[in-house]
Amino acid sequence: MAGGVLTLTSANFDETVKSATTPVVVDFWAEWCGPCKAIAPVLAEIATEQAGKVTVAKLNVDDHGEVAQRYGIMSIPTLLVFHGGELRKKLVGAKPKAALLAELAEFVPSA
Amino acid sequence: MAAHEVVIIGSGPAGLTAAIYTARASLAPLVIEGEPSSTSDQPGGQLMLTTEVENFPGFPQGVMGPELMLKFREQAERFGATFVTEKATAVDLAARPFKVWVRDTLHEARAVIVSTGARSLMLGLPEETRLIGHGVSTCATCDGFFFRGQHIAVVGGGDSAIEEATFLTKFAETVTLVHRRDTLRASKIMRARATANPKIRFAWNSRVTRILGDAKVEGVVLTDTVSGEERTLEVTGLFVAIGHRPSTDLFVGQVDMHDNGYLKTRPGTSHTNVPGVFACGDVQDSVYRQAITAAGSGCMAAIDCERWLEAQH
Repeated sequence: MAGGVLTLTSANFDETVKSATTPVVVDFWAEWCGPCKAIAPVLAEIATEQAGKVTVAKLNVDDHGEVAQRYGIMSIPTLLVFHGGELRKKLVGAKPKAALLAELAEFVPSA
Repeated sequence: MAAHEVVIIGSGPAGLTAAIYTARASLAPLVIEGEPSSTSDQPGGQLMLTTEVENFPGFPQGVMGPELMLKFREQAERFGATFVTEKATAVDLAARPFKVWVRDTLHEARAVIVSTGARSLMLGLPEETRLIGHGVSTCATCDGFFFRGQHIAVVGGGDSAIEEATFLTKFAETVTLVHRRDTLRASKIMRARATANPKIRFAWNSRVTRILGDAKVEGVVLTDTVSGEERTLEVTGLFVAIGHRPSTDLFVGQVDMHDNGYLKTRPGTSHTNVPGVFACGDVQDSVYRQAITAAGSGCMAAIDCERWLEAQH
């Protein structure tokens, strides 16, 4: 999984977020969401560039709606940042790469 | 650094059509396509927030807006257009070569095609920004899904408001269309579609003056535009479709504009008042504002640009 974007499901979501040794950025997305498609390549780049320092994952809200519901997601794309098993940040809406990196900087100092 | 033959600012149907044509004319266009966002101000433009586009010729079964824009982009790329996925931050069109900055990076160009489009207007209420993503949405196609079985409101009375309201009835229990007048401004077919839809209700002569809820939307306060009376509408979602304004801030004082901010072009052409600067798509069109007319005007801009560049040699 080094450098790749992890696919989360309702089955592996909690375990992945809890056991991760790095901060985990989860992208809540769906096939029918244009802005989600626009940020997917940006997140893939971040996953590669920050490999080992941050885990980038995605969760399809169509297939695993209960996870989205649990976190009160009402808009996609939404990025949730988990660290030490705790939800630390919620970013709503597609953003350019520089803005995403700035938002993640507190979790990944060198980002 | 050598100047580009042409820099295209914006990447909706107009900008990408201009890119396809100028690329095929061996002008190697550089497209400053904008950056990801959840508003219409993003690469691909307003169609990135739509679902099925039913009226673009050549797609009898319809086509998804984002997919259509991806195809436009691929086609431009195939002929040698290159892309910068950021926003132009400043321009200097007073002298040639023209200068276009993307933050600290300067791109020089012999000609510039402006296709920055239009962006959606927001209500401008203080609580609006705070509640984006918590019931206030700028993207019905992105967020409609989360309002299954709920009561929501759409603000606006034009075609895009009705399109949005109709789309949202797929999920919501009721959609109240809040409009400040007592008749819709939308086209006949769209009005008929709205009135025939049992899930759509109307709040006429009403303005949203407050959004209620701390962590998420719990309702909106409507003020009657005639009597001034206030009432509360209990909704969990608010979708704003009150129109657009052209994205022309970059060009203020440099390119002639109409009072409403749309760029002026010489009638029947894409020439602006600045020789070598061309405008196409919604940035110069407050009348038609369709993907196909934007694409058509993008083609005009490319041809005007190519001929103008040739005449400079």
